[in-house]
Amino acid sequence: MITTELKNELQTRIASAITNREAAVDVMKAFQAHYGWLTDEAVVEAAGLLGLSPLQVEELATFYEMIYRRPVGQQVIHVCDSISCWAMGGETLLGHLSGVLGIKPGETTPDGLFTLLPCCCLGNCGEAPTLMIGDTICGRVTVENASKIVTPLLF
Amino acid sequence: MEQILFRHNKPGRCVTFAEYRAEGGFGALKKALSGMSPDEVQQAVIDSGMRGRGGAGFPTGKKWSFVPRNLTGPRWLICNCDEMEPGTYKDRILLEANPYSLVEGMVLACYAIGVRHSFIFIRRGYEQAAANLRQAITEATTAGLLGENILESGFSCDIDVHVSAGRYICGEETALMSALEGKRANPRAKPPFPAVKGLWGGPTVVNNVESLANVPYIIAHGPQWFKDTAATSEASGMKLFCVSGQVANPACFELPLGMTLGEIIDGPCGGMRLGSSFKACLPGGASTPYFTREQWNVPMDFDPVAKAGSRLGTGGIVVFDQNTCMVAATLNLVKFYARESCGWCTPCREGLPYVVHLLEQIESGQGSEEHIAILKEHVQYLNYAFCALAPGAMGPVDGLLRHFEDEMREHIVKGKCPILKANLPQRHRGTEVNNAG
Repeated sequence: MITTELKNELQTRIASAITNREAAVDVMKAFQAHYGWLTDEAVVEAAGLLGLSPLQVEELATFYEMIYRRPVGQQVIHVCDSISCWAMGGETLLGHLSGVLGIKPGETTPDGLFTLLPCCCLGNCGEAPTLMIGDTICGRVTVENASKIVTPLLF
Repeated sequence: MEQILFRHNKPGRCVTFAEYRAEGGFGALKKALSGMSPDEVQQAVIDSGMRGRGGAGFPTGKKWSFVPRNLTGPRWLICNCDEMEPGTYKDRILLEANPYSLVEGMVLACYAIGVRHSFIFIRRGYEQAAANLRQAITEATTAGLLGENILESGFSCDIDVHVSAGRYICGEETALMSALEGKRANPRAKPPFPAVKGLWGGPTVVNNVESLANVPYIIAHGPQWFKDTAATSEASGMKLFCVSGQVANPACFELPLGMTLGEIIDGPCGGMRLGSSFKACLPGGASTPYFTREQWNVPMDFDPVAKAGSRLGTGGIVVFDQNTCMVAATLNLVKFYARESCGWCTPCREGLPYVVHLLEQIESGQGSEEHIAILKEHVQYLNYAFCALAPGAMGPVDGLLRHFEDEMREHIVKGKCPILKANLPQRHRGTEVNNAG
């Protein structure tokens, strides 16, 4: 269940849209921020607010890279695997992080802290290779400094 | 060198509203609303010869002119800031430095087309750019430069910021409209073109960030002034080139359209990195066929690049050095497109994974001559896809076949990738790269 406060906030957002559906991505993001991922319960609740069927929300949710329909860790690390980062050592970086965290790309650490996901271009190509932790973009990430970026988040 | 979009830039931070105005910002809006008709604004943009900066290069003013003037009901303007083409980051750099030119340009475009309500569709991951835009919109509204009765001219319009959730196809203009409506972002059939029937069925113009941000300068200084900022007489205006890969200084530069590839790489990019020599580049983002040393002196402008067998695209130049396997690079690019395909049409949904499979076979040394022939056929076949994604994906494959067929064949003959990637240290800025080749 979401809070009444968040519910009111989302209803205001929906009311300001040209059509209810226009607010669908914003609503899904708000639910994701609340639950940590877009749970089945969230899909039903979002559908209720938007006046859509759960299936209609589902077909949107599964379309977007940054909407998670499975549980993720507290921190999601997105590592760009597109061409500029690839040319500057992105594969090595992903492999290194995978080793440091002890998980394969797509997995979450057993303590629930980190999820490691390859992702498409983050638009930071001049500072390749790039990763994004939560909403924070980090550029020029090397094997040497990758641990320094990730380790502080452990404490 | 004269700068247009970067003229207000401040080192290490975003320009403020007060600074932008003190340096002449919103002067073009004042000029247009006090002394120009909407048609005159549109005509100035047509006369400037500016071609759209988002990739397709369609003339911006001409696109506006396709909106029927006599239709009743709302019409829409969408700024396309779904910058997800790998190798492209110019719009982010621009908006992180200055969101005001875009806001001013959008009000001018709304005035020219007769739009009351406009949108900025911005990709996920550009949170700073979105925050800058929201602040700029608030400041402009408070100052009476946006919203109701702008500068007491009787003209009103507003701008909504829509932050997407990450999917490359949303940058295709008809898919973008579906996304904005809150539907699954599959592309729509054209015709009807968006200018006639677009967002919620109304006439709609979709323009790139850079195109719209240039509009105030065309209005303030005149079409001829804008045109003359280019490096050649055929080109018009400046262009944001965002460079990445193995050059010494990979960054985003505003340069005259028509500068040659070599001038860009040896000039602002500072040449190649230590230990690297130029092998090839994507001249305009991930969907454009490669350029090699043979195209070093091609002017980077729409028509010359097309004549040389590629596309200027977004101006995202991705540079590869001698240690890059072009089969592997192409495989990376096509994998991206295969993953980002929306799955709507068969050639794209089924064809791209098949092309990935063929390239994987060649890269891993399992390829045969037949694979090269099938790839050549697919460059043609995927033109039958529903939208431009699949033909775009085949751009680098086309370039690979035209420029690097020998390298492909070497993989087949040797039964392995001839470039010793495994022996290379991880590449990053500032580290010397060994010449393993």
